[in-house]
Amino acid sequence: MTPQSNFMVLASIDPQREAELRQLLDSMNRGPGQVDPNNSFVPFAEFDTLHFARFIILDDKTTEDLRVYGLTPRSYPLYLAFLGDVDGDAQAFLGKLIRRAGKGLGRIFSCCEGFASDADLLTWMRQHNAPAIAAYLNTRGRTVRQIREEAALYEALESYIEKNADAFRDLPPRELLGKLQSLVESEKSAGRLTLSPESRTPLGWQIRNLLHMIGLPLLVLIASPLLILIAPFYIVALRRLEKTDPEVCPMVDQKYSENLSRFEDHDVTNQFSAMGSLKPGLVRLLTTIFVLKTVNYGARHITRPGRLGRIRSIHFARWVFVAGTERMIFCSNYDGSVESYMDDFINKTGFGLNASFSNGIGYPRTNWLVLDGCIDERKYKEYLRRHTLPTQVWYKAYPGLTAVDLERNTRIRQGLEKAFITDEQACEWVALL
Amino acid sequence: MGRIAMSEVDYGDVQGLVRFGYSHLTSASYALLRIKNAAAAKVWIHSAPVTSAVAIKPPPQTALNIAFTASGLRALGLPDSIIDGFSHEFRGGMAQESRARQLGDVGNNDPSKWLWGRYEHEPHVVVMFFAEPDRFDSFVESAKGNTWSDAFAPDVIWLGTSNLNGTEPFGFTDGISQPQIDWEQQRQTPCTQLQYTNIAALGEFLLGYRNEYGKITDRPLLEPDAASAVLLAAADMPAKKDLGRNGTYLVMRQLEQDVREFWKFVYKRAGGNLAEAGQLGAKMVGRTQAGDPLVPIQDGPIPGTDPRTIRQNQYTYQNDPAGVRCPFGAHIRRANPRNGDFPERELSAFKKLVIMLGFGPKGFYDDLISPVRFHRILRRGREYGSELSREQALQPAPPNESPRGLHFICLNANISRQFEFLQNAWIANSKFSGLTGESDPLLGNRQSLPGCPVTDNFTVPGSSSLAGRVSGLRQFVTMRGGAYFFLPSLRALRYLAET
Repeated sequence: MTPQSNFMVLASIDPQREAELRQLLDSMNRGPGQVDPNNSFVPFAEFDTLHFARFIILDDKTTEDLRVYGLTPRSYPLYLAFLGDVDGDAQAFLGKLIRRAGKGLGRIFSCCEGFASDADLLTWMRQHNAPAIAAYLNTRGRTVRQIREEAALYEALESYIEKNADAFRDLPPRELLGKLQSLVESEKSAGRLTLSPESRTPLGWQIRNLLHMIGLPLLVLIASPLLILIAPFYIVALRRLEKTDPEVCPMVDQKYSENLSRFEDHDVTNQFSAMGSLKPGLVRLLTTIFVLKTVNYGARHITRPGRLGRIRSIHFARWVFVAGTERMIFCSNYDGSVESYMDDFINKTGFGLNASFSNGIGYPRTNWLVLDGCIDERKYKEYLRRHTLPTQVWYKAYPGLTAVDLERNTRIRQGLEKAFITDEQACEWVALL
Repeated sequence: MGRIAMSEVDYGDVQGLVRFGYSHLTSASYALLRIKNAAAAKVWIHSAPVTSAVAIKPPPQTALNIAFTASGLRALGLPDSIIDGFSHEFRGGMAQESRARQLGDVGNNDPSKWLWGRYEHEPHVVVMFFAEPDRFDSFVESAKGNTWSDAFAPDVIWLGTSNLNGTEPFGFTDGISQPQIDWEQQRQTPCTQLQYTNIAALGEFLLGYRNEYGKITDRPLLEPDAASAVLLAAADMPAKKDLGRNGTYLVMRQLEQDVREFWKFVYKRAGGNLAEAGQLGAKMVGRTQAGDPLVPIQDGPIPGTDPRTIRQNQYTYQNDPAGVRCPFGAHIRRANPRNGDFPERELSAFKKLVIMLGFGPKGFYDDLISPVRFHRILRRGREYGSELSREQALQPAPPNESPRGLHFICLNANISRQFEFLQNAWIANSKFSGLTGESDPLLGNRQSLPGCPVTDNFTVPGSSSLAGRVSGLRQFVTMRGGAYFFLPSLRALRYLAET
């Protein structure tokens, strides 16, 4: 299995060059939200291990919300973030990226502070790496290559079935499966289809993964006497905060919201980038870290492939602290419209949403961290929309395919490659076609 | 947390269309107007014989309802500070480019090609006239009165309707399934609903009341003053006056139906057999032409199902999980998947938690559809054009045949969560319920998407055999115009007319 990894380069923008940078990022698109995958700055399409990538200017318009606590917000520099989700090691990917697109990246990052044109780009990008505190991916080990091969497999099967529909219609599932298996074999030997075998999982990754799997529960176990001791105080403090933290969920500015829409619904998948400040104080900070570490652990070791709770429409998602611990961004790639995305979360995973986002300033009031909150649907949607940032450049390696499509194609391939299959399984398999 | 005490609904304050479809008033016409003179328009609105939702016996012989677009409210002189209290989608309008993309209004459906409602050319007001046929003309004349021509620009668009006796132009019985509004506000929300129910919280269809989340939807709240004294107080903020209360949003879309193309296509795909054409048509719709569902009715009742329509409505798709009887992609299964909040109808608290954490059913098609109770609409549309039977449709068209279709009208308190979600995620979506390469078999625009060149299929799952795939579906329905309106309460109408 080839594990996936991610990177995020975060750098403050030279105020003198913001306009130039914006123009430059726009020039990578054919239109808002429609990247040219072969654009001359970063020709994303040439990298066959890159799933998703985006450039965002972290123009957070909500920093003033801190004033509801009687505090004065700091003035933050404007940041540029460059994110990607890749197969294999992210650092190795960056090396490859620089070899092919170093010039374009150099142009982009030259609009950032502290970038010297003679500096080593890889070193600079590493220095500006912002690691995720929590990350989710739909199916670990499913590479871009696998996705494309399986999509081609599905296409080939569909067109073969269409040509032979009459002959196939009444075949018992097992027989049909057999016929399609031999078709695939002959297509493979003719070189028209490729289904690469799974690569070996890197040993280093396996060891690190195991240590992570054991390490976090162990740490919690060791700390448990202390945790039990402070739990009552923590709960009292959290409950008090929950009852008094002000909500900041005004209706989002119409123009702002309409501008976000210009970037959306050009593909069956959409990007989402949201930013906000954490509620002040140690209780909220520790809660955030604890919840997100739990989410990260669950996503890495517990969740079933293709499912985040009941949600099956997320490809990749992550939470990252932005320069310090005061502000965070959340970035995801999801299928469908933003309305259905928000509804899905409210109706299916409201508890997780509340736990992970309610530590942000202004979030609709929660109860015991996981209750209420987003159930105040209108407030929640305005809150979220107000914190959403336009994503200047967004790339997806497999347009037209949803996470559910990917799951179907993988299931089809698995069925074909299975040595033994029961009648019932054959029936289920045929229903996928 | 204390619950807000909810007073009874004053039917006299609600426009009748929310409660009644006026089906006994078989003549109807919708006038799309632009305001020429705001003062005169206010005079007309003030004197207009607006029909309320009070039930009277015998039922009225005429009815009239009025709704406004955002630009209509602006033309009446309502300040932006108040208009800004309405929802984003209402203010932005249906014809905005991004919204059109979401709703599938691209290609032939593109707003730039509409007969009315084009971007920045939307009507201000729709006046809906309903009457018994022999009274219709005189009713319209008397309702227009003296001020009509001073108030509104002369280029009125009249959308006429025709009475096809309960069928839509393709020839299928229509309007069978409607949500039942919980007027008495007995519904306990936001409890989890494991079973499909046909009862919907009042706040889903009327502003100012609790919705399925137990919350009250945003709407303009005004400071109390002499002008707003006519309005009711907001239920959740008694110090404010509620301009939305007892009103709702009205979505209007003129959907032209190519009845000949539809039956020709179906007939051809059915191998030129009329009976099989009927069956394929039924698979595409999800009901037979007579209106019978394709899945058997269940024994137990479904709350909120009209006893008179049990044969056609007492069913869910629970026993048809593979879509063998009624395809996943059938029009009515897309429009109302009849599910509960969870993939299973009976659950212990533990099992619920297991599902919530993502360890529920493993099947590919399991749990893909959002709970329907948050996405219901109340349909109030009417057909236009002449009737054409299946047999007639297969004959060549006479020259200059007049168009037929549906003036689709639906009511909902939250356009984005109800109408738009339904249209976007269920009807237009080429990825609905694990499908790919197909959108609604009736309404789909058949446009390709990036990476998804084909959207004109229709899949008919087989029982333990290969699914049948009907390919090359034509565009049978074309958008000809549309807009989002606010259907105010009678008090709000007075407020609009008096300020």
